[in-house]
Amino acid sequence: MTRLIVQCDLTHSNARQQSFHLHAHLDIPLDLPGQGIIAVFGRSGSGKTTLLRCLAGLERCPSGFVSVNGAVWQDTSKGIFLPVHERTVGMVSQQPCLFPHLTVRDNLDYGFKRTPLLQRRVLWDHVVEILGIGALLDRYPHYLSTGEQQRVSMGRAVLSNPCLLLMDEPLASLDAQRKAEILPFIKRLNREMNLPIVYVSHSIQEIVQLADTLVLVNEGQATITGSVHEIFSRLDVFEHQGDVAGAVIDTQVVAHEPEFGLTCLEFYGRRLYVPYQLSSVGDSLRVHILSRNVSLSLTPPPGPTSILNIFEAHVVEIGASTSGKSAVDVKLDAGCLMLATITRKSLLALNLSPGQRVYASIKAVSLQL
Amino acid sequence: MPNALDLAPLWLSLQLAGVSTLLLLLLATPLAWWLANTRWRGRAIIEAIVALPLVLPPTVLGFYLLLMLGPHGALGGPWLQLTDSTLAFSFSGLVIASVLYSLPFVVQPLQNAFEGLDRRSLEAAWCLRASPRDAFFSVALPLAMRGYLTAAVLGFTHTLGEFGVVLMVGGNIPGETRVISIAIYDHVETLDYASAHWLASILLIFTFIVLLVVYTLNRHARVRVL
Repeated sequence: MTRLIVQCDLTHSNARQQSFHLHAHLDIPLDLPGQGIIAVFGRSGSGKTTLLRCLAGLERCPSGFVSVNGAVWQDTSKGIFLPVHERTVGMVSQQPCLFPHLTVRDNLDYGFKRTPLLQRRVLWDHVVEILGIGALLDRYPHYLSTGEQQRVSMGRAVLSNPCLLLMDEPLASLDAQRKAEILPFIKRLNREMNLPIVYVSHSIQEIVQLADTLVLVNEGQATITGSVHEIFSRLDVFEHQGDVAGAVIDTQVVAHEPEFGLTCLEFYGRRLYVPYQLSSVGDSLRVHILSRNVSLSLTPPPGPTSILNIFEAHVVEIGASTSGKSAVDVKLDAGCLMLATITRKSLLALNLSPGQRVYASIKAVSLQL
Repeated sequence: MPNALDLAPLWLSLQLAGVSTLLLLLLATPLAWWLANTRWRGRAIIEAIVALPLVLPPTVLGFYLLLMLGPHGALGGPWLQLTDSTLAFSFSGLVIASVLYSLPFVVQPLQNAFEGLDRRSLEAAWCLRASPRDAFFSVALPLAMRGYLTAAVLGFTHTLGEFGVVLMVGGNIPGETRVISIAIYDHVETLDYASAHWLASILLIFTFIVLLVVYTLNRHARVRVL
């Protein structure tokens, strides 16, 4: 049974004596294709890190149940608590935490040497190649950049042959360019090593690019799970997370128009223009179309328009319109699910109802990937 | 150099300091690790006891040790029965006294080094399949190496220089308890200033060189030892 089952209840007080309560009830399959990266998303202080530390066994939650691939790691009702070093988890945290007295090679070897021969599934050279750290092997961590240190830290965790890789904001201390470099590595680690990853982050961009399955931690509750496409287009879950609701769409790069600084993507036979991307033709890309950047009209714009992306769609669902708010969310079917946020005044003017045909317009410049 | 300068007290002092330092490092490691990691509220009591020799007059410590090591003492009595020899006024008795006397000079640098360890390094080691014991030897110990250097240097030089406690517990038996500081005192008492000069200058130069080496190492390291 390759599932990750977590039930935990804990009240935690940190150094500043702020206590919070975390309740998690998760049951996530780990072996479905394309579901290997489980992202835990929530605001700072919502308990994401604590949840991860409970999984690793670094934090002991007073009442809880953790089971991975059928092996029970913690069951307080039976008094079971497996110590950290017997759990076979890999951990990558925000700080690389390499051992300063060991070279990169010895850091990578640390967990590998301690893996029983029969459990060694991962090939040393393969990991080094994926992470591009072959040139660093004889250096000490002190002489590496933060991005390099973080890659070594990932390699070290993977080489300990874990059955589950836990990543706690691994990119948070890196600048945008380093992030863009490392994101593909994480995907490759997951796909090529067949290694499920639990990825904690409060960055919506990282989640959109990486996540297959999403766990939402909100007000100490970690109970909402689903595919990233499904959760991002739900009308009810993002109220507390800021302005991030919107469709997540898997696309393929079909052409570049460098003279205009644009890249053309394709999904379900439809074409979407976005600002120029470095990816090459044929690459797959995830696009997050924020609902506030989508506007609706009942007919296609009659004359020339500056808007490059116009899709025919059907109204699926109209969100609850509360009197205090000016905006309302509309869920559309444009070959895939899409969200649009419009004013209540427009909703009234368009007289929308489920099933109705509309045209969704998205300004290409509003799509930041 | 006077013709018949007896260097035996110097060798005896070096032996005593060497044996005591080794024992101290072995004893102080678990104690310092525990002090650095325990959340027990009574920890201050243990810390105060360990620090006592720092402030107590050596004669006070020596007096109680003499009682304890004597043929009717808590340690000396059983020792007499087992080995048929007394602990007081013997080399073994001096080692026990030195270990107690120099304990804070070894425990405190180690405790500081362990408290200064990044806990995340240990957690990283646990997540890489290292048991707590394994992680201690492969991560904590190497990272605390500078603390060990300080502890060893302080323990060694402090034992080398002890006088009051040795006088109380060891007396002045040549080849058994006549250490360098006692020999110097003896030479001065008998107005043999030349011999006192030689021994005193050897001790002064040796201690200076040891400290010089430690401070020079410090200049090239990120972490200060002393």
